[in-house]
Amino acid sequence: MDLILKVWRQKNNADSGRFEKYKVKANEHMSFLEMMDVLNEDLLAKKEEPIAFEHDCREGICGSCNMVIDGRPHGPNNGTTTCQLHMRFFKDGDTITVEPWRVKAFPVIKDLVVDRSAFDRIIQSGGYISVNTGQAQDANAIPIEKDLAGQAFDAATCIGCGACAAACPNASAMLFTSAKINHLGLLPQGEVEHSKRVQAMVTQMDEEGFGMCSNTGACEVDCPKEISISNIALMNRSYFGSVFGSDKGSK
Amino acid sequence: MKLDGKTPKGPLDDKWTNYRSKMDLVAPNNKRRLDVIVVGTGLAGASAASTLGELGYNVKCFTFHDSPRRAHSIAAQGGINAAKNYQNDGDSVYRLFYDTIKGGDYRSRESNVHRLAEVSRNIIDQAAAQGVPFAREYGGLLANRSFGGVQVSRTFYARGQTGQQLLLGAYQSLSRQISLGSVKMYNRHEMLDVVKIDGKARGIIARNLLTGELERHAAHCVVLATGGYGNVFYLSTNAMGSNVTAAWRAVKRGAYMANPCYTQIHPTCIPVSGDYQSKLTLMSESLRNDGRVWVPKKKEDVMAIREGRKTGNDVPEEDRDYYLERRYPAFGNLVPRDVASRAAKVVCDEGHGVNSTGLAVYLDFSDAIQRYGKSEANTMGNHNPDAATIKRLGTAVIEAKYGNLFEMYEKITGENPYVYPMKIYPAVHYTMGGLWVDYNLETNVPGLFALGEANFSDHGANRLGASALMQGLADGYFVLPYTIGTFLCNEIRTPKIDPNAPEFEEAETSTRTRLEKILNIKGNQTVESFHRRLGKIMWEYCGMSRSAEGLKKGRQMIRDLKAEFHRDVFVPGTQAEFNPELEKALRVADFIELGENMMVDALDRNESCGGHYREEYTENGEAQRNDEDYTYVSAWEWDDDQPILHKEELIFENVELKTRSYK
Amino acid sequence: MRWLINFLGSSLGQKTIMSLTGLFLISFLTVHLLGNLSLLLNDEGYTFNTYAYFMTHNPLIKTISYGLYFFIVLHTIQGLYITFKNRMARGANRYAVKAKDNASFSSRNMALLGTLVLAFLFIHMGDFWLRMKLDWLPTVVYEGYAEPMSNLYERVAMQFKNPLIVIAYVIGQIVLGFHLWHGFQSAFQSLGLNHPKYTPFIKGLGKVYSVLVPAGFALIPIVHFLLK
Repeated sequence: MDLILKVWRQKNNADSGRFEKYKVKANEHMSFLEMMDVLNEDLLAKKEEPIAFEHDCREGICGSCNMVIDGRPHGPNNGTTTCQLHMRFFKDGDTITVEPWRVKAFPVIKDLVVDRSAFDRIIQSGGYISVNTGQAQDANAIPIEKDLAGQAFDAATCIGCGACAAACPNASAMLFTSAKINHLGLLPQGEVEHSKRVQAMVTQMDEEGFGMCSNTGACEVDCPKEISISNIALMNRSYFGSVFGSDKGSK
Repeated sequence: MKLDGKTPKGPLDDKWTNYRSKMDLVAPNNKRRLDVIVVGTGLAGASAASTLGELGYNVKCFTFHDSPRRAHSIAAQGGINAAKNYQNDGDSVYRLFYDTIKGGDYRSRESNVHRLAEVSRNIIDQAAAQGVPFAREYGGLLANRSFGGVQVSRTFYARGQTGQQLLLGAYQSLSRQISLGSVKMYNRHEMLDVVKIDGKARGIIARNLLTGELERHAAHCVVLATGGYGNVFYLSTNAMGSNVTAAWRAVKRGAYMANPCYTQIHPTCIPVSGDYQSKLTLMSESLRNDGRVWVPKKKEDVMAIREGRKTGNDVPEEDRDYYLERRYPAFGNLVPRDVASRAAKVVCDEGHGVNSTGLAVYLDFSDAIQRYGKSEANTMGNHNPDAATIKRLGTAVIEAKYGNLFEMYEKITGENPYVYPMKIYPAVHYTMGGLWVDYNLETNVPGLFALGEANFSDHGANRLGASALMQGLADGYFVLPYTIGTFLCNEIRTPKIDPNAPEFEEAETSTRTRLEKILNIKGNQTVESFHRRLGKIMWEYCGMSRSAEGLKKGRQMIRDLKAEFHRDVFVPGTQAEFNPELEKALRVADFIELGENMMVDALDRNESCGGHYREEYTENGEAQRNDEDYTYVSAWEWDDDQPILHKEELIFENVELKTRSYK
Repeated sequence: MRWLINFLGSSLGQKTIMSLTGLFLISFLTVHLLGNLSLLLNDEGYTFNTYAYFMTHNPLIKTISYGLYFFIVLHTIQGLYITFKNRMARGANRYAVKAKDNASFSSRNMALLGTLVLAFLFIHMGDFWLRMKLDWLPTVVYEGYAEPMSNLYERVAMQFKNPLIVIAYVIGQIVLGFHLWHGFQSAFQSLGLNHPKYTPFIKGLGKVYSVLVPAGFALIPIVHFLLK
């Protein structure tokens, strides 16, 4: 199949960036990234600079790949990362526009590569359970209801790719932050620090400059792990509880 | 030179406890004065860095990823073993130890493996306390499943993402230490050299991947947890970025590479579909719990399937060859990975492969769907269910168990595995070989430690499923934090290491020269094209089956490839910028050298064991080990012309060496 | 008090202000509609005029109405501020291709819809409320009332004879409907009131509400124009 790609090229963060058009020959069994590989090999053959894009595991779990394809993070299919998107979902002759995540808190490094360290800092602000190695009791000492463990897992399945913030019309990172908070907060092990954790992580999220959720639901539609927006409601509830329902921070 | 594994004396059961109890310790006030560098943030690296941070050491931690959470441990699907015996099915530390030794085809060190089995239990406790959402039963307790090569259920899992969940646990611990200031994290930094001062590892040269700047980082010791080198085959289940550079740079500085030829080929991967393919996708081994592996007996069925005139469903039961069940009745579809992979290769070589390339076998769930469907109907009180009901109920059970894997398969292949049997083929997955380490996980270079897949230690010639996560975390959480003290207790008087020492100067200069050389070749072939060619050579001559003749030929081809690479590779851009092509070029250059080492090692080992299968050494189609002559670890002191082999004799005091039989 | 200021300054605090003020305005709409439906009675405006008199002279209602004005202003200012902050969060470059199918039209355009509703509100209040407050309206005397009261009904009847004004009101209500379509359920979500059992009900109620209430309001000018 013959495709026309409109790809965002930006030398570095200081550069203003622009779209470049490329023709590429693909076949329907390729993944989107393999199609990009083909394009890059073509560019290298012409001694031109290849398009920088982030990718690693290519099986939908590392959260590295991040392309906005025709306006949708990770492309048109739901529940799919860019690396899992296959070319059979495109037609011969299609023009495809490829852009980086456009989120101020994720500055562009080069072409389609952005800096997502804001997510690391949100985790560092409190997204953990404070248990040192060797302090743990027997794993079966705390039974956890199967459904509850499942619910925590549904939140924990977040791969930290940032598609939620990229998809959100407000560039909000609340789906990410809430998924992380709920993964730990739903489990008895994480409940101990829950109140403190919620406050710290929400504060850090705000400091990073992400936008505010207006419940459009674009995040859950474009989340490759299909994490539910109900996580945000749960986070809000926990946050109110930590502000109004505890005596911490009253001084 | 004979290598000393420094295995402590005494009975196997007590070795680790006694050793740990009597080893020299570093006092808390001294720990604060000691710097440790940890390279890599997968399960081993992240767990080691966070635990060392908790203990009070000053830790600097490096990853080439944009975040520690992206290390390739994240992609492990199936599970993690632990000798908890929660299922009351006869599991024990000894049984896990024995299974691992046997599964590794008697090519691993008894003492290390026993220690691994012992601490496996603590890992599960630690992970559960960190909030890892393991699968649970209705009673709220942890669930288990079984994996290839064992007869108990000891594998803990978190749906199909056990690796991601365990890594997030370790990453969160690491993040906590970063926020406390005990670990300083360096993202997007790639280690390009080890710096030795007076024979001891005292730092690294790292390239800041965003700016290209070469940085010197000094410490009292260096820990490498940089993963495996499966990408030497180009196509593997490893992530695109997984590489051997850190380990190979250590080898270039005198560390020994042990057993590099032991490569694990995983039997259940999605088959290759074309030349553009960049990586292979694993389907978890847990699928073999319920899937039956088969190929058509008749060539006409094979042809009809390849030409698309028939599907697997059209082949009647009596014309199917369930070759694993036929050849290995005791373990059936759950034979270890190396055995299952070779059996698939045999049937495909005989012309029974079921896709257009002839390189695929079926993994069929229709029997499991029937079985589960009937049992579900029974629990619902329906004792005479019709076929449609059985299928619907059975499919629901399979979906609950493996839903995400089936979905992944359909996304990649476009074929519905609930309707048509899956097609699978073996692919390179894991490398048992790695840097040689002693019982302390210290390489032959004092102060240089290696953990996880980067070392060679625990899996012998073949790794059992769900044991990689176990080993990475065991090394990082429960072994290295103790054993590193055996080195550091003698360093408490050593002042901070000076990054301006001439050794750092030399290492930085030689690294810079290496980068400039590669950039200045300005040839005509892309890095990727060399990598693909390397992969083809490796797969052809050092893949699932090897021969002396092929290995000699392969070695020469690699040497030619190396020369061509350094003459004709094209790397765009400059050193002083974000330059992914340059990163790739450096890694491929190291892979090429490693590839030669693998050929040399495979040629030396005149036997078939585990993931190393030599066509000359077989008996009735099964691998034939040679315990008389090859019960040793090959540790290579690398030199391009005259590599030197050091042998560490493996001494088995507790298990009897037997022909590994799964029949 | 630091904690409260911190809360109100946080993203979640600001969302809370939006949803609480929004919910208050939603409940106001219900009351407003019930009262205004008396415009459809065939009693020459008696019920409506006395209702309007009550609403502007009862001290409790008067207090609440000041609250209402305040909440309208707060909802507006907070909404515009959030929109501004959210635009900043996107960064210098916007997407070249606008996604359509991952979020509803309403949810993507709340600020625009809200601004249009505000513009409608100005027209609406200028037309009726302001004239009444400034005593520009003719008066009418009813039995049982000590003083004459503004004949707001007559003003309404007169305005709604003008087809342009009727069209403007109908459009205003359509815009309000879209704003409520997202706003109603969004307010509950922001307050963390999300539950697998009850959320579908809240969402359904929100849709019914955002159709029926604006339709009820729109009915008044249409009926007046066509039948009176």
